[in-house]
Amino acid sequence: MVAAAGIPMNDIPFLTIGGGMGSFVTVDYLRIYGVPTSQMRVISNIDHPWQTYEFLTRCSQIPRPERIRSDSSSRPDNLWGFPSYALEEAWKEKKVGYLWHILTEPIINDYWTPRAGTVFQCLEREAKRINYWDMLVKGQVRMVRRRVGGGYFTVVTPPEGASPTKRVVFRSRFVHLAVGYPGLKFLPDLQEFRQRHGDYQHVVNAYEPHEQVYEFLKTRPGTVVIRGGGIVASRVLQRLFDDRERLNLQTQIVHIFRTFVSGSHGPNAWSRRKGGDGWAYQGFNYPKSVWGGQLKAEMRKLDGEARAKKYKAMGGTNTPYRRRWQEQMQAGREGGYYHAVQGTVERVEPSPDGRMTSYVRSKDGTIRQPVSDYIIDCTGLEADIAEHRVFADLLEYGGAFRNPIGRLEVERHFEVKGTASGDGALYASGSATLGGYFPGVDTFLGLQVAAQEIADDLARRGFCRKMGPLRSTSQWFKWARNSTV
Amino acid sequence: MVPTLFGRLQTRLFLLATVGLIVTLLIVPILPGTEGPLGDLYLSAILVLAMVAVLGLVWELLYHFLMQFRWEKDWPTLFGLLTLIPEGLLLFFLLRSGAVGFIDPAPPAAAFWTHFLVVWMCVWLVANGPMRVPFIRWRFRGGRVL
Ligand SMILES: Cc1cc2nc3c(=O)[nH]c(=O)nc-3n(C[C@H](O)[C@H](O)[C@H](O)COP(=O)(O)OP(=O)(O)OC[C@H]3O[C@@H](n4cnc5c(N)ncnc54)[C@H](O)[C@@H]3O)c2cc1C
Repeated sequence: MVAAAGIPMNDIPFLTIGGGMGSFVTVDYLRIYGVPTSQMRVISNIDHPWQTYEFLTRCSQIPRPERIRSDSSSRPDNLWGFPSYALEEAWKEKKVGYLWHILTEPIINDYWTPRAGTVFQCLEREAKRINYWDMLVKGQVRMVRRRVGGGYFTVVTPPEGASPTKRVVFRSRFVHLAVGYPGLKFLPDLQEFRQRHGDYQHVVNAYEPHEQVYEFLKTRPGTVVIRGGGIVASRVLQRLFDDRERLNLQTQIVHIFRTFVSGSHGPNAWSRRKGGDGWAYQGFNYPKSVWGGQLKAEMRKLDGEARAKKYKAMGGTNTPYRRRWQEQMQAGREGGYYHAVQGTVERVEPSPDGRMTSYVRSKDGTIRQPVSDYIIDCTGLEADIAEHRVFADLLEYGGAFRNPIGRLEVERHFEVKGTASGDGALYASGSATLGGYFPGVDTFLGLQVAAQEIADDLARRGFCRKMGPLRSTSQWFKWARNSTV
Repeated sequence: MVPTLFGRLQTRLFLLATVGLIVTLLIVPILPGTEGPLGDLYLSAILVLAMVAVLGLVWELLYHFLMQFRWEKDWPTLFGLLTLIPEGLLLFFLLRSGAVGFIDPAPPAAAFWTHFLVVWMCVWLVANGPMRVPFIRWRFRGGRVL
């Protein structure tokens, strides 16, 4: 029927959709397991896998020289995680200090984390090594549908002029979805302000380009309201403090926490997280053992309500405790230019002098009305998965359903539950699958955990051979020598 | 690697039986202050290694318990290194006091500490990186080898 309609059909056994970090680490695994490029395609609207990640990190104040959040052995370009980034940077920059740092983290030092630039350079090297670009097909995926004879059809809109038809279709036994964030969601009161006043300049989300804020503050003293208590808020604060120091600015900062953490918190001595001055402190977005230790093992056994409860117990917005940030905030409090308060913002309105007033109500009943030049939303709320067309379609027609926290329910091996088709399988990884048997999904290491589960499942189904110690070792040497897989 | 209880136990036994054994075989002939037939020296060194493994199973239980007080349920790299102090001291005193009857005579202090420290360092280094090269699933399973 598709062929009859004149739509070109491509037969490819394995398709990964998204072409970001999740797709990359998955094809990296499979290439190293021995799958040739001719058996796989990556369908994406971006040119290189780190593009969306780089855009988001740059906006949220992590340019290439700055250090990211995840640790030394979360290496998306190296599935073994060895040598870790710390060894690599120590070697390249001839800095033994990094080794001392990594040895003593997180006890007498902060976690050592790699520079964004290091991550991108290494990714580029690995992408070349596995011939990533031979597999990339540019296009926007519209839907993935089960095929009567087993496997799936994937409908793609190619870029303008790239194909004689408006649609192309792929027929494949396996499909992997790694489409990243379904979309960004603004805080409702800020969204309302933006729409009502048509002002997209002064109320910004930290994930969108907002350099104008910092530029304005260089020209005259101003006040910025920050909303949110996660790592993005920490980054934005650091940028404001750095600029203030470097350029002798007079910037005033009002920081509003909806949940103000004033100390260690948790039900008992076995589950108490550090916190203070508004923040909950944690090295990574989940406790470290979710990527391989005790919490990973525990969560893997849980379903339904029990799983949701566990997520709640270890969840919550948090940021790493970094000594530099602590010093800057301390200086800000002492200098009277950094004010952190607990509160819920009821509404934002233009003030008579052309700035903005936030109406903030604290739990103790105090009402504050800070007036500011800019408001930076650092809450980074993620939109519902159904905002993404492909997920909406799968939920409606594909048999997929939601997990206990409302995202896509997947198996322990990341097959999307309810979507099996003949001898084919549909997998998903990344943020859309948060709430499953494995919580660390939306991180490099989590994507690798998922990729390994998927590759091993594909091996069970005969698509490739499971990689054992011998092949793994010989492949590692190839990685080390940068020779093709 | 962030360990689970079974992962800890398995990793300890596995690494002592591989890395620990190889290092022992290499180092025994050059241990300081030892005398007697090489065969006896090997026997005594291997028994010491076995003691590190057996006592280690109990130590690991303790570490696992202590780890429960950590929010992240992790075990920093540095802990894996520093635990050599209590473990080494305990074993040393047990040997000195003659409590381990089947290791007789106990190795001289210099030989014991050289052997113990070199094995410990090698095992620790391998556990913090190279182990992941052949065993790609190990770190995601809390250190379980099986
Ligand atoms: C500011 C920030 C900092 C972070 N820092 C870290 C960190 O330090 N360490 C860490 O481990 N993780 C970090 N993360 C998380 C990490 O970015 C994600 O885990 C990872 O990038 C997600 O990969 P992904 O493949 O799911 O999504 P992405 O990398 O976003 O890729 C998905 C791609 O799919 C494309 N796409 C979507 N729909 C379609 C469609 N219909 N057709 C074709 N293509 C489509 C999108 O354009 C997108 O490029 C950070 C995230 C953010 C936002």
